Amino acid sequence: MEQSVEFAQATGTLSGIWLLVAIPLASAAILLFLGKRADKWGHWLGVLAVAASFVLGLIFFIKLGSLDAAHRSAELSMWDFIAVGKLHVDFGLLFDPLSGVFVLLITGVGSLIHLYAVGYMEHDPGRRKFFGYFNLFVAAMLLLVLGNNYVMLYFGWEGVGLASYLLISFWYNRPAAATAGKKAFLMNRVGDTGLAIAIFLMFSTLGSTQFSDVFNGVSALSGTTVLILGLLLLLGAAGKSGQFPLQAWLPDAMEGPTPVSALIHAATMVTAGVYLIARSNHIFSANHALQTIVVSVGAFTLLMGCIIGSAKDGIKRVLAWSTVSQIGYMFLGVGLGGGAYALAIIHLLAHGFFKANMFLGAGSVMHGMHDEEDIRRFGGLHKHMRWTWLTFMMGWLAIIGIPPLSGFFSKDPIIEAAYSRGDWTSWLFGTAALLGAGLTAFYMTRLFVLTFHGPERYTEQNKHPHESPFIMTVPLMLLALGSIVVGFLISRHSAIPEWLAPVTGEGEHDPVMNKYLISILVLVVSVAGAGLAWALFSKGTALQEQPAGAVVTAARRNLYTDAFNEAVFERPGIYLTRALVYLDNKGIDGLVNGIAAGVGGGSGRLRRLQTGFVRSYALSMLTGAVLVVGAFLAIQLGWLA
Amino acid sequence: MSDFPFLSILTLLPLVGAVVVAAIPRRKSELAKTVALAWSLVVLVLSIFMWIAFKVGGDRFQFHESYQWIPSWDARFTFAADGIALVMLMLIAVLTPVVILASWHDVDGDDKRSAPVYFALLLAFEFTMIGVFAAADIFLFYVFFEVMLIPMYFIIGSFGGARRQYAAVKFFLYSLVGGLFMLASVIGLWVVGGHTFDFTHLLQSVSSIDQNTSRWLFLGFFVAFAIKAPFFPFHTWLPDAGGAAPAGAAALLVGVMDKVGTFGILRYCLPLFPEASRWFAPAALVLAVIGILYAALLAIGQNDLKRLVSYTSIAHFGFIGIGIFAFTTQGGTGSVLYMVNHGLATGLLFIVVGMYVARRGSSLVSDFGGAGKLTPVLAGVLFFAGLASLALPGTAPFVSEFLVLIGTFTVHKAYAVIATVGIVLAAAYVLWMVQRTTQGTLNPALEKVPAMRKDITLREKVVVAPLILLLLLLGFYPKPVTDVINPAVEATMQDVGTTDPGPTAVTANGGVAR
Repeated sequence: MEQSVEFAQATGTLSGIWLLVAIPLASAAILLFLGKRADKWGHWLGVLAVAASFVLGLIFFIKLGSLDAAHRSAELSMWDFIAVGKLHVDFGLLFDPLSGVFVLLITGVGSLIHLYAVGYMEHDPGRRKFFGYFNLFVAAMLLLVLGNNYVMLYFGWEGVGLASYLLISFWYNRPAAATAGKKAFLMNRVGDTGLAIAIFLMFSTLGSTQFSDVFNGVSALSGTTVLILGLLLLLGAAGKSGQFPLQAWLPDAMEGPTPVSALIHAATMVTAGVYLIARSNHIFSANHALQTIVVSVGAFTLLMGCIIGSAKDGIKRVLAWSTVSQIGYMFLGVGLGGGAYALAIIHLLAHGFFKANMFLGAGSVMHGMHDEEDIRRFGGLHKHMRWTWLTFMMGWLAIIGIPPLSGFFSKDPIIEAAYSRGDWTSWLFGTAALLGAGLTAFYMTRLFVLTFHGPERYTEQNKHPHESPFIMTVPLMLLALGSIVVGFLISRHSAIPEWLAPVTGEGEHDPVMNKYLISILVLVVSVAGAGLAWALFSKGTALQEQPAGAVVTAARRNLYTDAFNEAVFERPGIYLTRALVYLDNKGIDGLVNGIAAGVGGGSGRLRRLQTGFVRSYALSMLTGAVLVVGAFLAIQLGWLA
Repeated sequence: MSDFPFLSILTLLPLVGAVVVAAIPRRKSELAKTVALAWSLVVLVLSIFMWIAFKVGGDRFQFHESYQWIPSWDARFTFAADGIALVMLMLIAVLTPVVILASWHDVDGDDKRSAPVYFALLLAFEFTMIGVFAAADIFLFYVFFEVMLIPMYFIIGSFGGARRQYAAVKFFLYSLVGGLFMLASVIGLWVVGGHTFDFTHLLQSVSSIDQNTSRWLFLGFFVAFAIKAPFFPFHTWLPDAGGAAPAGAAALLVGVMDKVGTFGILRYCLPLFPEASRWFAPAALVLAVIGILYAALLAIGQNDLKRLVSYTSIAHFGFIGIGIFAFTTQGGTGSVLYMVNHGLATGLLFIVVGMYVARRGSSLVSDFGGAGKLTPVLAGVLFFAGLASLALPGTAPFVSEFLVLIGTFTVHKAYAVIATVGIVLAAAYVLWMVQRTTQGTLNPALEKVPAMRKDITLREKVVVAPLILLLLLLGFYPKPVTDVINPAVEATMQDVGTTDPGPTAVTANGGVAR
């Protein structure tokens, strides 16, 4: 930990990393400013821009790999963003192993989802605008992971918040979509205050917001300062990643078009919190209590997501809560620290593929079912949508952790690491993660079975489900392939942990149980959860919500978190504003008017008097002013002559 | 080039323009508008030359000119600009032509209202604004401070909307009362400061004023400026004035005129009364922080678009206030930059709101709803202006808000943290306003208004384009402006006698500088 952090200057090929951000940004600007003129070809420009960034990202990634491990980074300072007093903020980028992985995920999965969206949004009159926002998102997200200081990160951070808002409320004439977008932005801003204050704290204690300065300075900070700094960052991370207590916006974000859910609210943006903690690992690793808090947030959220996900009936809602839960696993991982940072990033990558795959699969199902979202009205779709079914199956097997798919190799090590914390908390967090695996298998299997198997329960208008066009199914196939290939890659060797080691560090403890025993337990629990769901739901399910016990009702109501927010924040907030408006009109203004009236005697009389009085006063002042200026002019002219 | 009498010419030019435009007969209103626009563009071009001629890192006060006025009082026509005044002059020069073009049809179709008078008043207003920022003689400053009420009074009172008389009178009286306090202080300063009104002379002589007197003099100036800015609890005139004024004039009123208050504090209160400034700082900071939260909550609760924007401005002035009274370079530079950016952002917001109000014939939020369906581009511009107002990174106000908060945090952690809550509230009032006006299901009443079916016109595009461009440009590259402001702020902080605190933790490798 004590070794100092230094980044190498970007040279040669790597000095072009700014293009990664600039290309999608330029494309977004073209699409948004050209307006209708770009309607015909706009979507292809959008796809091309992201694909170009992907190709460039790949070139830079390979180039980075060819450097020796000690200098495997490229820092590029573009211009002085802010230089006031002792505060210097670069508009600067950093391409290193961690950001490199994110760049490939964002642009790679991003390209496929852009391609899919060409088909999905085909009949939407706002398709060009959609791709403009989509490109804007990619540019902001890339800036977020490529910034070389916390202000740049914040810049991108707020940028993705904007893009997310625009895309959630893309169908802004639907009140639900408009409200969901606003909710997302506001909850994110609550988190953003944490990140912002953390930046202020860095500057006031260390005099810099540059990654390298901050990381090297952590050892000089007191334990309390590190704890506060970490908690502030955690608040920001929780907001963006939909972790407790700021999770409520994420499921509502499903009001946006499905490709948005896949790219932003599953694969990339919501993992920004994980990135933030992994990037700030020097801060988090410096305080054990801080790490325990991160782990607790992760463990709590992952169980919460599972429980609520089990009770939901909308296909995208289940997937959304599953995202909340899976990111909980990632928070658990980054909270554990050491080698587990890399494990969390691996799970993030694997999740990016299988969750994007399933979201797009859900979109394909809805596409063929007249936008029906209710899994109680699906069933037996495997006969009608072969490709969607097959690819979705890969995602399903991956997320519930069946070898040889990616989820098994990415989730199992995190559970192992949770059992390796070294004290009694190992049992707590390890078991929570293990339980989560079983629950995940249960609700995902419920989703899969109710959608693709069992009796058909279609509504009248959905009599003839159909498969989606190739432009939508090909990305599905590629993403499904991704789940298989990524699984294969991470099962074979420890390439990714080694790759990330210069950034996040390494090292691990021994688990409190035998490693293989844990793996077997995970498998057993998962198969049991899946088996239970299959047994319960393969015959279909009731078409309407049935009366249920306290636990299921609570899960259906999101464990009453929304009700809590409404009762504690929203309603009192509204009352407070109303009271203040009244006070301002009657109280403060009335007081001032009253004093004025008291001085003049009788407010009505005063007002009449004032009107006439002020007018004449103003006129006389105007006359005076004209005279003064006239005199000035005369003097001026005389003086000149 | 720098010997050129920029400031006196710049001050007088719009006045001459106002006289010329006012002399144009009423039936030739198109000619009056065109002349007014052309005139304001000439002023803009001259200002750009002045900006170029200004030497960054040169003397604190440049373009110094001084002419005799009232010898027995040693009151002179003295003009000079530091970096702070320069950026404010630039702001007024940019906003005036934009507002003139935006107000093009404001007085059309109303027999009672004369276009030449209206546009002459706008130019007259520009004259007083330039004068007040360019003055370097305190008496001259005071005169401009009072005279600037006159054109705005007539604009609100004669060309405003409902309750315009009440709003105009209230505006006038509030300012006048503040002005009287200032007049007392100006005279007091003349008496104890060596019988001169010259700012640079006073700077040297004020150190001899005793502590108590200095505090009273500070208070006189401060009350005038706090009413003008306005700071809580002197703010209640602004929502009425902003709500009643024509939207373009409201943009000038809130975007530029109110800045005279914060400018005055920076330019006169801090350097002339350093000890008193430090003594009063805690009170000013508390008022500013209350203003940020209080006005933001009120903005959320408004049902009138123009009043809503006025309240957002009061919240923004709270940010400017904490930045000034934090006495750090970042806070001070952030505050001045905030004045510029707020002028652009809120100016744009008022202008776009004005475009909607002109179409709908109402400024009530509840009269809108789903307007984005009818006017997608205009709704987009409204949204952009909202984003700038909530200080999203990528727009200029982010930089200033960030500087203010970070500069305040280094010395007053609690105030900065509470103020940061304001950024959540800002998101709330902007997004809720956007949602209630442009999103959601289309209000059926809206469809029946023929004007609402017309999206942004070419003229309107020309109006908003420069503001959008500037907001984006300064959002990504604020350095040209901060470089101008920074030395002036550093000099001011030296006058106050404060230095920035260093980093509180010494790093392991011995240093923290980049």
